[in-house]
Amino acid sequence: MHLADALLSPAVGATMWAATAGTISHCSRQVKRDLDDSKVPLMGVLAAFVFAIQMINFSIPATGSSGHLGGGMLLAILLGPYAAFLSIASVLTVQALFFADGGLLALGCNIFNLGVFPCFIAYPLIYQKIVGESSSEKRLFFGALLSCVVALQLGAFGVVLETVASGISDLPFNSFVLLMQPIHLAIGCVEGVVTAAVVLLLWRARPEFIQDSHIENSQNRRSGKKVLVGLLVATLVTAGGLSWFASPKPDGLEWAISRISKNGAVAGSRPEIYSLLSAFHFKSAILPDYHFSPAEDAGSTKDGAETWPAVDAGTTVSGLVGGVMTLGMSTLIGFFLKRRHSAGTA
Amino acid sequence: MSQIETAFFEIGSLDTLATRDSFIHRLDPRAKLLTTLAFIFCVVSFDKYQFSSLLPLVIFPASQLVVGRLPVNFLWKKLLFLAPFVVLIGIFNPFFDRQILFHIGPFGVSGGWMSFASILLRSALTISAALILIATTSFSGVCLALEKIGAPRVFVLQLLFLYRYLFVLGNEGTRLVRARTLRSFNRQGTGMAVFAQLAGQLLLRTLDRAQRIHLAMRCRAFSGEIHLLRSFNFGRREFLFMICWCSTFLLIRAGNFPQLLGKVLLEFTR
Repeated sequence: MHLADALLSPAVGATMWAATAGTISHCSRQVKRDLDDSKVPLMGVLAAFVFAIQMINFSIPATGSSGHLGGGMLLAILLGPYAAFLSIASVLTVQALFFADGGLLALGCNIFNLGVFPCFIAYPLIYQKIVGESSSEKRLFFGALLSCVVALQLGAFGVVLETVASGISDLPFNSFVLLMQPIHLAIGCVEGVVTAAVVLLLWRARPEFIQDSHIENSQNRRSGKKVLVGLLVATLVTAGGLSWFASPKPDGLEWAISRISKNGAVAGSRPEIYSLLSAFHFKSAILPDYHFSPAEDAGSTKDGAETWPAVDAGTTVSGLVGGVMTLGMSTLIGFFLKRRHSAGTA
Repeated sequence: MSQIETAFFEIGSLDTLATRDSFIHRLDPRAKLLTTLAFIFCVVSFDKYQFSSLLPLVIFPASQLVVGRLPVNFLWKKLLFLAPFVVLIGIFNPFFDRQILFHIGPFGVSGGWMSFASILLRSALTISAALILIATTSFSGVCLALEKIGAPRVFVLQLLFLYRYLFVLGNEGTRLVRARTLRSFNRQGTGMAVFAQLAGQLLLRTLDRAQRIHLAMRCRAFSGEIHLLRSFNFGRREFLFMICWCSTFLLIRAGNFPQLLGKVLLEFTR
C-alpha cells in the first residue's frame, strides 16, 4: 500500500510532506510535554517490534495467500496517538531508506496515510469510543477490529486520492477506488482480527499496561478537540464523497436568470474587458467549476450526459481543498482576533 | 532464508557499505541528503509523457556509484523487483490512454506506453537515489542531517532508538520464525492463531526489554536529555557539490539533451 515516487507529482508530494512535517512537530511537542522518560526507550523498542513483526508472514485460511500485520493500530492502542504517530513515522522512514519501499518524496504521503488515519481518526473516534475506560475483553476485541478496518479503508482512499491528483497514472478514479477499497477491506479485517488477538493476549498477561494507557490517553482528551475532529471528519466526508450527490439541476438564482435571458431581457454587447477578465478568471482557476481543468482530465469519458451521482475526482478534490482552506483561514482569523483581544485587555 | 532474515541481512549490508571510504562518503550528510531530495524532486517534475529527457539524469546515481566505489549488485536486485505496486498501477496506462503519439516504422506508440515507460524510468531513478544515499551516508548520518536541517529532536531520537534495537528484535524475530517453521508441516501451524501467539510473546518480551533498557539508562545517569556527538561540518566541498549537482539538474530539466543530440547526429549523417 506504499505509494511510490514514480506515481507522484511534485505538488502533491510537497503538500503531503508539509502536512506530515507539521504533524511530526506537533506530536514531538506533545510527547516531550506529556510522556515521562520511561516511554522514550519504549517508543523506540516498540517501533523495532512492529518492524520485525511486519517481516513475519502468516497464512490466511480461506485463500491460499499469506498476509502480514501492519502494526499501526497496535502502536496507537499501546502508546496513544502522539507517540504512536512518531513510531509509525520512524518505521516508514527506515523502510523508505533501506528498502526504497515508497520513495523519499512519497514518504510524506505514506506517513500521512498510515499514521494520521490510525492515530488521529480511528483511535480517538472508534477505539476510544468503543472501549472507553472499561476494557472488557469483548470491547477490546471489537474496538481493535473496527478501528483497524476503518484505518485501512481511509489509508487506501488516501492513496487513491493522491495518485489521481498527481495525474501520472491514467487509472480513472472510479476503477481505482473499486480496485483498492474491497482488497483493503479484506486486509483490514484480517489485520483487525490479528491485532485484536494480540491486544487480548496482552490484556490477559499484563492488564495494567492496557489500563494505564487507556487512563493516560482519556485524560488527554478535551471535549473541544473531539468536536473539532468530528467536524473535520464530517467536512471531509461531505466535501469528498457526498458532493457527488449534489443535484445537477440549476439552483434558484441560475434558474431565474436563465428564465430572464430566455425572454431576451439581458441584451446589449459586452465590452471586451468582460471577456478578457472572464477568460483570465477561468484560466487562472486551479479547479474551474469544481472540476479538473479539461486538459488534465485525460482519463474520464465526457459524453456530455449528466450522470447522477456525478462521481468525479475533480469534485472531490475541489471539495477537500476548499474545505481545508476555509478551515485554515477561519482558524487564522480566530487566532488573530484572540491575540488582539488578549493584547487589548492586557 | 526467511523473509525476516533477508531483510535484516540487507540492512546490515547497506550499513556496511556506508563504512567505506571515498570522496562521497566523507562529505557532510546534509549535502548528500539535500542533493538527493533535489534529484528526486527534479525527476518527478517532468511531464508524464517524457522519457528521453529523463535519461541524462542517470548521470547522478551512476557517478555516485563510481566515485563512491559501490558495487552495482545491491542496486540491480532492487531494481529487478521494481516496486510491484508501481508496475501494477502503471500497467493500466496503456489500456486507458490509446492516443497514438508517434510512429516507429510501422508501429504506432500510444501515450499509454510512453507514460508507462516514463513511470518505470522514474521508479528506477528514485529507488537508486534512495539506496545510494544510505550506502554513502550511514543511517545515523541521515538522522544527524535531519536534526541539523530542523527535524524535531524527539523524532530524530526515535529514529536512532529504532535503529539501535532493530537488530536485537530482528534476531528474536528470526529465532521465532525458525522455531515456527521447524514445528509446522504443510500449512499447519502457520496460520493467524499461531501468529497472534507469536506476536503476543514477542510483544511481552519487548515490553520487558524496554523496562530493562530504561533502568539501565537511569543507572547511567540518564535524566531525560540525550546528547548527540556531531563530528561533521559543512564546508566548501559540500557547498560546491550541492551547487554543481543542483545546476546540472536545472539544466537537464530546462533542455532536452537527447533530442538535441539526436538532431545533431542526424545532421551529420545527412
